[in-house]
Amino acid sequence: MNSSRIISADNDGKHIWRFIFSELKPKGKWLTPFNIISIPIILLGIVLIVIRFWKGIGAVTNLSQEIPWGLWIGFDVVTGVAFAGGAYVITFMVYILNMKKYHSIVRVTVLNGFLAYLFYAGALLLDLGRPWNVINPIIGNNFGVSSVLFLVAWHFLLYMIAQLIEFSPAIAEWLGAKRAHKILSGMTLAAVIFGITLSMLHQSGLGALYLMAKEKIHPLWYSEFIPIMFFVSSIFAGLSMVIFEGSISHKVFSDQISDKDHKAQRGIVHGLAKICTGTMFVYFFLQLLVFIHQKHWGLINTPMGYWYLLEMIGFVFLPMVLFFYSYRSNNLFLIRLAAILTMLGVVLNRLNVTIIGFRWDMAIRYVPSWMEIVVTLTVLFTEIWIFRWVINRLPVLRESTSFAKVKE
Amino acid sequence: MQLHRRDFFKVMGATGITLALGKELKAAPDAISKNEFHGILYDSSRCTGCRGCEYDCSEANNLPEPIPSKEIKGPRKTDETRRTVVNEYNTSKGKVYSKFQCMHCNQPACGSACLTQAMTKTEEGPVIWRADKCMGCRYCMVSCPFDIPKFEYHSANPKIEKCTMCFDTRVQKGELPACVENCPNEALTFGTRRELIHEARRRIYEKPDVYVDQIYGEHEAGGTCWLYISPVPFKEIGLNTSIQKASYPELTKGFLYSVPSVFVLVPALLLGIQQATSKDKPANTSNHE
Ligand code: SF4
Ligand code: SF4
Repeated sequence: MNSSRIISADNDGKHIWRFIFSELKPKGKWLTPFNIISIPIILLGIVLIVIRFWKGIGAVTNLSQEIPWGLWIGFDVVTGVAFAGGAYVITFMVYILNMKKYHSIVRVTVLNGFLAYLFYAGALLLDLGRPWNVINPIIGNNFGVSSVLFLVAWHFLLYMIAQLIEFSPAIAEWLGAKRAHKILSGMTLAAVIFGITLSMLHQSGLGALYLMAKEKIHPLWYSEFIPIMFFVSSIFAGLSMVIFEGSISHKVFSDQISDKDHKAQRGIVHGLAKICTGTMFVYFFLQLLVFIHQKHWGLINTPMGYWYLLEMIGFVFLPMVLFFYSYRSNNLFLIRLAAILTMLGVVLNRLNVTIIGFRWDMAIRYVPSWMEIVVTLTVLFTEIWIFRWVINRLPVLRESTSFAKVKE
Repeated sequence: MQLHRRDFFKVMGATGITLALGKELKAAPDAISKNEFHGILYDSSRCTGCRGCEYDCSEANNLPEPIPSKEIKGPRKTDETRRTVVNEYNTSKGKVYSKFQCMHCNQPACGSACLTQAMTKTEEGPVIWRADKCMGCRYCMVSCPFDIPKFEYHSANPKIEKCTMCFDTRVQKGELPACVENCPNEALTFGTRRELIHEARRRIYEKPDVYVDQIYGEHEAGGTCWLYISPVPFKEIGLNTSIQKASYPELTKGFLYSVPSVFVLVPALLLGIQQATSKDKPANTSNHE
């Protein structure tokens, strides 16, 4: 434990600012492969964002009158938020079900979730044609209460606040603010309960956004059950992300993680794999029911039908079996493989609803421009930068400072 | 349904005020009554494809002048520079024309999609767009089954372009929409939706050999204020016939209605589970127990 970093409790403001300033400086090596790749992309992305606000959305995207939502919504927002679902699932397990085993990954998952929402909401701003009016639905110039998007927007905002509260004890520890830590910790349970409820609603709400586009989405992906599908799949999407992110963090930030946590990691991943198997089974079964109910047999023998089968069998059924097999045989490598396949499957599913299956019958298909892709990568890389910055400073993977430990 | 409720409140409100003030409440000489949706009937058997309405529309709405007829190849769509187009179709009965613009749905998908009510259904019938509210999210475009709202992709201050039935500029002042006023062939008729349906039925009844016995817009998307009658099946003149009969906002009702109950039930349930599993221990928020 690096005790020199802990400044004395409840400092007056001046010290804290000097302290934060010193923390802003980078730590460690500069020329890592990740930096070498990400810095030029981020710089290019910033230039593109300037062009976007200067010349309009059409200057950098391939969007059209028929396809008004592209990569920035379909991938950054809809897919990104599904992967951020890990936070509500893990907080549910730890704070509601009291599964102590998973306690050590709560903070990192919540941090991940919070940053994901922050950046995806940011991506949403890039996509707004008239972003200066974004406060209208918040200040009530007018409340479009019959709009699913209104609900989703509000839930994003509230959920970000809930996550910030869930994460705030870590910030208080970092700043050495004992009293604040106590108060903030006391708010955790309420924030968790509120956060889970919000998550259920907006994860499904992202699917409900597309309900009115009934004739525009390929019938194999459109059903009145999109919201439920989106919600169920967000559970294993989020957990797969936790498994994936954990296996990377344990390599990259190994100096931050205590031996005890290193050993516990295996048990955690194992448990998560079990939950993934269960929820994926439910999901697969629901998809099957919807398919049979809608009687789309004739559509299977078409190119879109093969594509549908690939998603359902290759990226839902297969990883499900793999999860099942690997947790039975306790094979960490296979679990990670299954997690990656699952994540690919969720990406595929979200893109199929929002982009690939959207207006599948149009002569001219939407393909994102390279500039849209660069901006997407910029959002992603910036998020990872911030994530790394926080991990290296705040007690996220590291154990809590001594004052924060509650005697049990 | 919606209309009835509104009428009910209006009557209630009016009586309330009348009683309170003790005098007759007289409405200003309204050019257009608020109690009923208004719309436009387009009779494609009368339309000669002169495209005069395209010119009148762009003039009335400060849009660029339409392209000359000889440059037109095939059916066009509306876009951010034109709120209406008249297309020519080679049909089973020879050349027939069809005019496209916003349908002004009774229960518009765009309006229910809009999170700021920038897109909104007026009580008089037209669906309008308000620049000071819109944030440019384009969810109205995703939702509209007729693909009507168009976005200025190449502007730093983009607007949504679509037909407003000239609500702000003309209809509210008691004038006719620009296209209706100027049509030389009386292919366009403005009136209350009820009158227009009567009129359409009358024309079909009187000349059954001229018209297809159907009014496009009577039931499409839950009913629209813009109505079509035609000498050929609507599919042949480019109208979207796969539109569902129920209104589109209906599709999200189930989801939206479930939200309040989730908000009540789920937190209670979660708290219950938490109490049951915690064995009276306070939640521990420190990292790693
Ligand atoms: S046609 Fe489209 S834009 Fe016009 S009112 Fe209906 S949903 Fe709205
Ligand atoms: S683009 Fe404007 S009018 Fe359309 S839904 Fe969004 S805020 Fe409403």
